[in-house]
Amino acid sequence: MREDTRTIIFAATVCVACSLLLSGTAALLKERQDANKAFDVQRNIVKAFGVSIDGATRESIQQTFEKQIAEMVVDATTGMVIDGAKVDELTSEELAGKTKLPLYTWSDDGKVTKYAFPVSGKGLWSMLYGYLSLNTDLETVAGISFYKHGETPGLGAEIEKDWFQSQFKGKQIYQDGKPLEFAVTKGSADKLPDEQKIRTVDGISGATLTGNGVEKLINSDAALYSKYFNNIKGN
Amino acid sequence: MASAAKKLLMDPFSDNNPITVQVLGICSALAVTVKVDTAVVMTLALTAVVTLSNVVISLLRNVIPSGIRMIVEMAVIATLVIIADQLLQAFLFDISKQLSVFVGLIITNCIVMGRAEAFALQNPPKASLLDGLGNGLGYGFVLIAVASIREILGFGKWFSFQVLPDSYMGNGLALLAPGAFIILGLLIWAQRTITKKVEE
Repeated sequence: MREDTRTIIFAATVCVACSLLLSGTAALLKERQDANKAFDVQRNIVKAFGVSIDGATRESIQQTFEKQIAEMVVDATTGMVIDGAKVDELTSEELAGKTKLPLYTWSDDGKVTKYAFPVSGKGLWSMLYGYLSLNTDLETVAGISFYKHGETPGLGAEIEKDWFQSQFKGKQIYQDGKPLEFAVTKGSADKLPDEQKIRTVDGISGATLTGNGVEKLINSDAALYSKYFNNIKGN
Repeated sequence: MASAAKKLLMDPFSDNNPITVQVLGICSALAVTVKVDTAVVMTLALTAVVTLSNVVISLLRNVIPSGIRMIVEMAVIATLVIIADQLLQAFLFDISKQLSVFVGLIITNCIVMGRAEAFALQNPPKASLLDGLGNGLGYGFVLIAVASIREILGFGKWFSFQVLPDSYMGNGLALLAPGAFIILGLLIWAQRTITKKVEE
């Protein structure tokens, strides 16, 4: 056999073998990977509702999610819930363009006590993704979680830590139906006058730009959802 | 163990360490050594990849047409790396999130390609297996050493267990790439002093 033919046959064999192996692995593991990703989202929504997930098992988090959390989709322009729309069925364009907005409610004994929505925006190196939840007064924050980012470990990545996230509890992002100007500041937020203190959290030293990103994404997403919250307030 | 086999396995730990002597694989040694658990998983992933790729290349060494030798090596390595990445996403999701792109970047890790070219192409499968294992673990040995120093200095923890008192303020420099460079440099210095290796 000529050398060229042999080379081509060898290359083809290697390609087929590799692609079979890869598609086989991907097909076998897909279900498990998707379940992991879906669970990661659920876990972070539960956490955003201000519920501690330290040491909680996968099953208990999933149970909590199914029992107490309901999801719906809000139209960004009208601020109304779209009947029958599901968060899973939103296209990536709708999610990225933020024309249709996912919303989660937390119910205790059949009564809605908290609302949560996804927040996302640019940090220093990467997009930051998280969830923010509101109390029934529709003005103060019940909790926040960040679940996906590529910020510097030890600096910007501190946004995923409890000390940073717990500061958001009780802060105000709306007042009388209008978004407040939320701020991530240098130095201690506690030393600011009350009017500013209520809408400010301490930033992370060495991660000013990540902090600016957090500030911006909360302000822009809070503005997006304000229509919906004003609508349900009216009722 | 026969002395030849032992040499293959143990040499990469010190006398011929891929990181401290050959100065390969530095990129990932800086990136995944913030915490020990990520370093351990990275070590396992890379060891699995370099061992298997060595064995496969060694089995194929007599039939690979020389013209497409490197492409074939690359295809084998890339396949193994993607499988490792998929397995991590399925079974160690949290750690795979922390390692992010660096598992995929094992493909470009010079150690893997280097061992395939320099060793597996000329040697039988059994010796190649030991060589891959030794180099993977030798790489991991340095990785875990750097990660231990960084996690202890940076967080006061080792393997996520508190080892320094709570009052210890984490050292931010140790967590950043420049800190890793300094620690790695000191390690290389220490190792070369002990083995008395001199650059020719």
